[in-house]
Amino acid sequence: MENDFILKVENLWVRLDNQNIIENLSFQVKKGDVVTILGPNGAGKTVLLKALLGFLPYKGEIKWKSGIKIGYVPQRLPFIKDIPLSVNDFFKLKKSSEKETKEILDSVGFKEDFLKKKIGDLSSGQFQRILIAWALIRNPQVLLFDEPTTGIDISGEETVYNLLARLKQERDLTMLLITHDLSVVYKFSTDVICLNKHLICYGPPQEVLTLESLRELFGEEVKYYQHKHY
Amino acid sequence: MGNQLLLSLTAGIFIGGVAGYLGSLMLSKRMALVAGPLGHLTLPGIALALLYDFNVSLGAFPFVILGIVLIWLFEIRTKLPIEALTAIVFASGVAITFLFLPIEQAETALVGDISRVTFWETVISVIVALFLFLVLKKIYSEMVLINISEDLAKSEGISVKKYNLVYLVLIAIIVALGVKMVGGLLTAALVAIPASAARNISGKLAHYTFGAMIIGAVSSSLGILLAELSEFPAGPLIILVNALIFLISIIFKR
Repeated sequence: MENDFILKVENLWVRLDNQNIIENLSFQVKKGDVVTILGPNGAGKTVLLKALLGFLPYKGEIKWKSGIKIGYVPQRLPFIKDIPLSVNDFFKLKKSSEKETKEILDSVGFKEDFLKKKIGDLSSGQFQRILIAWALIRNPQVLLFDEPTTGIDISGEETVYNLLARLKQERDLTMLLITHDLSVVYKFSTDVICLNKHLICYGPPQEVLTLESLRELFGEEVKYYQHKHY
Repeated sequence: MGNQLLLSLTAGIFIGGVAGYLGSLMLSKRMALVAGPLGHLTLPGIALALLYDFNVSLGAFPFVILGIVLIWLFEIRTKLPIEALTAIVFASGVAITFLFLPIEQAETALVGDISRVTFWETVISVIVALFLFLVLKKIYSEMVLINISEDLAKSEGISVKKYNLVYLVLIAIIVALGVKMVGGLLTAALVAIPASAARNISGKLAHYTFGAMIIGAVSSSLGILLAELSEFPAGPLIILVNALIFLISIIFKR
């Protein structure tokens, strides 16, 4: 059981600009888990991911399994239209060979001719898939994903979540992802972390997502809808 | 006279080329305009160099560094947009200059004097330009990634602060070299225009960076040749050739 853990977070505090963003957060991620992080805007979700990646100072303990490789898909990327950057150029920034890039593009459903496309000309759905592929270079065991765009049909038949589910199977991935979308939490995740500065609920979504916990998380006006199709 | 032209051309090609190359990074960082104010900021340094008769680049360099440090400190303290702070700092630089720079020497300060570059100035310019080129080549991919997303760069283990510092020092050096060639007023164009023109006609990164470098080198040499054939100073002509190439690039825009 102990060998299975990928990430242990204990008593995590993150303080930015003299303000507590995350207070006393503890959770664990085991191999193969899909953990969603749910919470309103400004709840500290992105800050949590950045702290886990070591971008931000924190107090408490963040312990990754040693030697683990992490892939990261950020929320959005500004400025990419400023320079003529082809898809192939973008992957070269990660020192990916053309062969490796072709393989990884194929696994997210792009044909070879995508190599020459300009990043600035891609649709947001296509770009998101490119970012996922980029994160998968060098075969990480863990994928951290900041808010995949919900509702975008990225390739006609496959949504970003179908894609992630497939990649998880194929590549034996463990995932942590931020989302606003409750249906994603229900359909996709093994555990949910409800975060609003501090931990509000934590566990399998069917067990811990109650009307009370959602009210506490999003405020009184939350429109709770029961998911009948999971 | 033939030797002088050769020296000017050599210095021009190297400085223009490497300025274009660096400019290709600055465009993506939306910092091309900052080079303008930084160029203006060199004016007090150029004025000192002219008054006490030493190399203008040498006079310019400490003032660019001072300017960058001031802007950086103000930014931390005030959180004002960097453009606004740059404007404050550079205007002060220009104002100070005109308090003590004799007006008959203003032309050199404002539009450069590459046509009178000496042998040793040329040698040093070439060496510094080559050095800049090598450092740029080494940090280029990482800088592009940082420009796209600092988080993505950090996730690759890139020390963003370290690279940004190196990058700023490179800008300071290029500005100091640039003022020798086109003067304090026009340095921004030396980095901004070649990259802008190259962007218009490139579909991938390698074409863009190489294009910016070539356009920088070609417009510098054409400008210097035109200055030789006309009565006009080289600095403005270099910039005008650059602008012309930019206009042509619009026609072929991809």
